[in-house]
Amino acid sequence: MMFNKRETKYPMPVQEPLVRNKNFNEVCLGYDAETAKLEAQRCLHCKNSPCVNGCPVSIMIPDFIAAIAAGEFGEAYEVISQNSMLPAVCGRVCPQERQCEKLCVRAIKGEAVAIGRLERFAADYHAIHAGKTERPASNGHKVAVVGSGPAGLACAGDLARLGYEVTVFEALHEAGGVLAYGIPAFRLPKEIVRREVENLMELGVKFEMNSVVGRLYTVEELKESGFEAIFLGTGAGLPRFMGIKGENAKGVFSANEYLTRANLMRAYEEDSKTPVYRGKNVAVVGGGNVAMDAARTAKRLGAEKVFIVYRRGKEELPARGEEIEHAMEEEVEFRLLTDPVEILTDAENNVVAMKCVETVLGEPDASGRRKPVAKAGSEFEIAVDCVIMALGTSPNPLVKQTTVGLETNARGGIVADENGKTSLDGVFAGGDAVTGSATVILAMGAGKRVARSIDEYIRNKIS
Amino acid sequence: MYRILTRKQLNENVTMIEVEAPQIAKKALAGQFVILRTNEHGERIPLTVAGTDKERGTVTVIFQVVGRTTMELDLKKEGDRLADFVGPLGNPTDLTGVRRAIVVGGGVGCAIALPVARRLKELGAEVCSVIGFRNRGLVILEDEFSAVSDTLIVTTDDGSYGEKGNVCVPLKRFLDRGTYDAVFAIGPLVMMKYVALTARPYGVKTVASMNPIMIDGTGMCGCCRVTVDGKMRFACVDGPDFDAQKIDFDEAIGRLKTYETFEAEAREKHCNLYKKEIK
Repeated sequence: MMFNKRETKYPMPVQEPLVRNKNFNEVCLGYDAETAKLEAQRCLHCKNSPCVNGCPVSIMIPDFIAAIAAGEFGEAYEVISQNSMLPAVCGRVCPQERQCEKLCVRAIKGEAVAIGRLERFAADYHAIHAGKTERPASNGHKVAVVGSGPAGLACAGDLARLGYEVTVFEALHEAGGVLAYGIPAFRLPKEIVRREVENLMELGVKFEMNSVVGRLYTVEELKESGFEAIFLGTGAGLPRFMGIKGENAKGVFSANEYLTRANLMRAYEEDSKTPVYRGKNVAVVGGGNVAMDAARTAKRLGAEKVFIVYRRGKEELPARGEEIEHAMEEEVEFRLLTDPVEILTDAENNVVAMKCVETVLGEPDASGRRKPVAKAGSEFEIAVDCVIMALGTSPNPLVKQTTVGLETNARGGIVADENGKTSLDGVFAGGDAVTGSATVILAMGAGKRVARSIDEYIRNKIS
Repeated sequence: MYRILTRKQLNENVTMIEVEAPQIAKKALAGQFVILRTNEHGERIPLTVAGTDKERGTVTVIFQVVGRTTMELDLKKEGDRLADFVGPLGNPTDLTGVRRAIVVGGGVGCAIALPVARRLKELGAEVCSVIGFRNRGLVILEDEFSAVSDTLIVTTDDGSYGEKGNVCVPLKRFLDRGTYDAVFAIGPLVMMKYVALTARPYGVKTVASMNPIMIDGTGMCGCCRVTVDGKMRFACVDGPDFDAQKIDFDEAIGRLKTYETFEAEAREKHCNLYKKEIK
């Protein structure tokens, strides 16, 4: 096989920054077949495959890359799909630079192989060229999956392949969880999510939308109605706020609300019936992917100035590298080492400014990150009419509130072992509902792990 | 699913619809709400459950035409379907230990107050109801309230029907003459604020049902946050009922206006469509 000595990744074709910051079309356009092959040829095929160790779901990365290099794109997809349910999604949203690509030997001198871009290429190729998925024969056992986010979809998919009759219960009117309401279309086009959901339907998975488990059915009732096992993939939906003065003023939103209006309710479309607050000067508080998404959405909704306000430094920003770069290119301004202390309002309780302090980084805190400390006398104001809080989320309390005997921890997460077993027999959990807000790939990995565990549980019960 | 089985105009602005939703009908209790979308591109709006019929498998909601979505909802005919109908959401009203209660409803809020009064009556409590409207033409649900109340006072702001004035006058009279376990206030925020103020000197438990802006109704969006006793609470998962003496009503009144401009424009635009459709 040809080895390509090029030291840097082939650039991802993108929409021009100052064009794309006015539309919701996908920013990254994807490699063509030729570029994908050339990029794949940069892989050294190291004996010990360090990249695989960096992948939360252990995709056989060198194998799929070899298939791409050889032009066997369909084969590449098959390799990935042995371990991943949602390659088209993960190729787009995984923080590869902290996972597989971080361990790539090519990164020692130059840049890592663009594993994420190649994964995306294989998935998109498959979407265009693949035939219908065949439905496996039913084994007659019913499993309920609560929540249709990445954990639920992965769990449902794996169980359906094993022949289980799976029903997914979703509270909203569209499937996908955070993939549908959270991640904006310019980063993850919604047809990709729909396609993944349709794939599951072809496998025989049933979806019941508008079904809030905990309210419409309790977990107990699901069991009584014949589901032998229940997977709780209810996610971390509850938004956090800072607890500072002015947070309930008009013009202050959780990133969840802002992004849900923009994404799920399509408030960016001209004839949308869902209102969205079109701030002129917008501050987004936080430094993760959600903060980047909110900031870039605000820009696209016509804001003149958008600030990312983050209390630590650039190195500490938790967002994917690519999202930070893209946000900067799109003229989002970064106010780092800045901590909001109050939101100032006018007589009508509208936001007029945010009072902040400058910070310096001190000793590492419980999270292992350096703790920001306010500089004395450094108070200043940023003139904004809209503030979006993107501070992370806590596990959804609904199922906990309505399920007797389901153990949860102090942060509201469902207590589950590594196989997803909870304190209740036949009830399993995984993803953000257990860990608190994390990533799509970790949730998907948890969903897959729990699918195996549920299979084992049901087999043991019947044997 | 989600078919409208019956539709009844209660007054010029208020309509009652009975929607086919058997599982929700089985579950919904007084104080809970649903979120609906009229069509696939519609907005999600919360409406409180006004009643259920388990045998027919239906849920009744009563709404006032205030904006574009409620206008669309009002154009739906019997037999039409709604795109989505989710519920029951929120916690049911806590009626435990309530033997004597005053239920105060204002305007279309009476639709929400009615199931509370009805449930109290079923539980054997003594129910005094005060329902207030702007004028005679807007009076709704009088017979229904009368059927579940030991005493019923109807007020109108202009005196065109019942007692002239606002609901706080008869409320105060009740509180002066007897002792009650609880006051339930459901109506416009301003009304609930004054009900709380009126009841405060009597030390009676006062419960208000909040109906803020919402999207998902499951704790996700955080836009239904209200300040109660200085703490941030979410109406969808912590409420919608809260201790009225501790709610920051002024803040809530402000928050309800967040999308006022957008709504006014949408209404303006939609009103014209609406007129066309009527012709």
